[in-house]
Amino acid sequence: MSPLLSVRNLRVSFPTRSGTFDAVRGVSFDLGRERLGVVGESGSGKSMTGRAILGLVRPPGRVTADRMELDGQPILNLPERQMRALRGARISMVMQDPKFSLNPVMTIGRQITEGYRLHTRTTPQAARDKALEMLRAVQIRDPERVFDAYPHEVSGGMGQRIMIAMMLAPDPEILIADEPTSALDVSVRNEVLRIMDKLVRDRGMGLIFISHDLNLVAEFCDRVLIMYAGRVVEELPAHDLKNARHPYTQGLLNSLPRLDHPVERLSVLQRQDSWRDEEIATPFPGGL
Amino acid sequence: MLNIDHLDVWFGDPPERVDAVKSAGFTVAQGESFGLVGESGSGKSTILRAITGLIGTWSGLIEVDGEKVSGQHRSRAFHKTVQMVFQDPYASLHPRHSVDRVLSETLHLQGMDQIDARITRLLDSVGLGKGFRFRYPHQLSGGQRQRVAIARALAAEPRLLLLDEPTSALDVSVQAEILNLLTDLRRERGLTYVMVSHDLAVVAHMCDRLAVMRGGEIVEVMEAARLRAGDPASDYARALLAASAGFAREGAPG
Ligand SMILES: Nc1ncnc2c1ncn2[C@@H]1O[C@H](COP(=O)(O)OP(=O)(O)OP(=O)(O)O)[C@@H](O)[C@H]1O
Ligand SMILES: Nc1ncnc2c1ncn2[C@@H]1O[C@H](COP(=O)(O)OP(=O)(O)OP(=O)(O)O)[C@@H](O)[C@H]1O
Ligand SMILES: [Mg+2]
Ligand SMILES: [Mg+2]
Repeated sequence: MSPLLSVRNLRVSFPTRSGTFDAVRGVSFDLGRERLGVVGESGSGKSMTGRAILGLVRPPGRVTADRMELDGQPILNLPERQMRALRGARISMVMQDPKFSLNPVMTIGRQITEGYRLHTRTTPQAARDKALEMLRAVQIRDPERVFDAYPHEVSGGMGQRIMIAMMLAPDPEILIADEPTSALDVSVRNEVLRIMDKLVRDRGMGLIFISHDLNLVAEFCDRVLIMYAGRVVEELPAHDLKNARHPYTQGLLNSLPRLDHPVERLSVLQRQDSWRDEEIATPFPGGL
Repeated sequence: MLNIDHLDVWFGDPPERVDAVKSAGFTVAQGESFGLVGESGSGKSTILRAITGLIGTWSGLIEVDGEKVSGQHRSRAFHKTVQMVFQDPYASLHPRHSVDRVLSETLHLQGMDQIDARITRLLDSVGLGKGFRFRYPHQLSGGQRQRVAIARALAAEPRLLLLDEPTSALDVSVQAEILNLLTDLRRERGLTYVMVSHDLAVVAHMCDRLAVMRGGEIVEVMEAARLRAGDPASDYARALLAASAGFAREGAPG
């Protein structure tokens, strides 16, 4: 089966005072109709990879790739007009800072319905019904109030769920979810995951799930990419995460606090300079 | 150090009034670390924001270090004693202020000396090298921004730290470093923490006691040991604990 999304040798760089900074250094992967987890160190380029796919890297940032294809069509550095037609309708991204990504001076209801109507051309009433239904689905307790509220009037976790509702309303083929559940309590989190899971299973959506929660990724995803310093250093079936070989991944697993195993201090990683550039064990991490 | 009693917090006027916190009460002793967990939207951030004077519409008792506070007014001494790390680091950092400016302004405000050396130390303690010192918020990753917010709160050398999801944007290795730093500071300087988190393992690791919230109310206050033992008293806390065991995929084995 041909992949939904195919990325080869993606690079994102920024000019800085002290020379060029490479935030993403040659990332390659294919995404099928699956849940692909992405974990990795803070600053390792996870969000930047997502932004690059959507054409959202702001200048002076520079994006290059040998290939970036959606259903076989090249999408790298498309003109903004064509990119806007893709964004939302075919690929959506739930940003890591949802409340910052929402428009502060527009009601939540209006933001969801506008995005939805742009891509589906339904009546205002139908769009409103859809928005309320989506808010209810992401476990917002009082969707009518939230529909008329402004972003600063909702909690951190509500903002996250609103963003998810907004991005899923137009039924995208691919959803890039950047830490989508980090501000949710575990019960609500599980409900929200169930929605995404259902879209992957029933509609064949492709999901890129960026998360710091290793246990969650191990349970929820099919495959996991591990990123370090702008590269994918390991790829594993999600249920095998516990058997990771790369010392960075192993170190991550050891630094988790555990309910069943109290410790005085958490173990921390001794990062090695060699991790930045050493040969990667898997020949093509990220392949299908 | 902190005494909260019959705290009500609301937004707006009837009929649109939202009662975000209803008759909440708890106390946190000097040197203690207290957790706040519970449903998303249950009022955890609202409690912290009311304490720091960001919300005026509240009633009840808020007492910090033996001093009652009222309305939104907070004294200079209060801000020296109390600092908060916000859930939303992007919103709490000025978009056109560099990391250097954020930290030096806080240090100046608190009348500190040796600003330059302190900034280096602060950045180092949250795992950001000197290369980050002159960056702006939009040039940082989510976790890097959160660490700047933590460094800013520590810069003021407060005695009570209110931490709203301080490590939720951090990978677990950086999280471990920050949590160890907080543990050390508490031991060395007798700091007091109130910490909001959705990660029950983090709360159990960091806190002596915790309150569980739902729908604006505190449904239970318990020892962290009870959480570890899997033995909370309320149904809601038990349900949370069960849900934290993981996500069971439909049709997936196990
Ligand atoms: N405008 C910019 N100029 C220079 N460097 C930047 C810029 N924007 C981001 N970076 C750097 O790019 C790197 C990758 O950032 P990215 O946001 O992708 O990290 P991340 O893996 O998502 O981390 P986190 O888990 O903390 O969110 C970071 O080190 C960040 O400091
Ligand atoms: N400025 C405001 N105006 C109106 N309602 C508000 C305002 N701020 C918060 N609320 C409401 O108060 C309730 C509690 O919000 P709060 O941010 O305290 O939740 P929380 O427990 O921190 O949730 P989360 O875990 O999702 O961050 C929510 O229903 C929210 O919509
Ligand atoms: Mg990120
Ligand atoms: Mg909150």
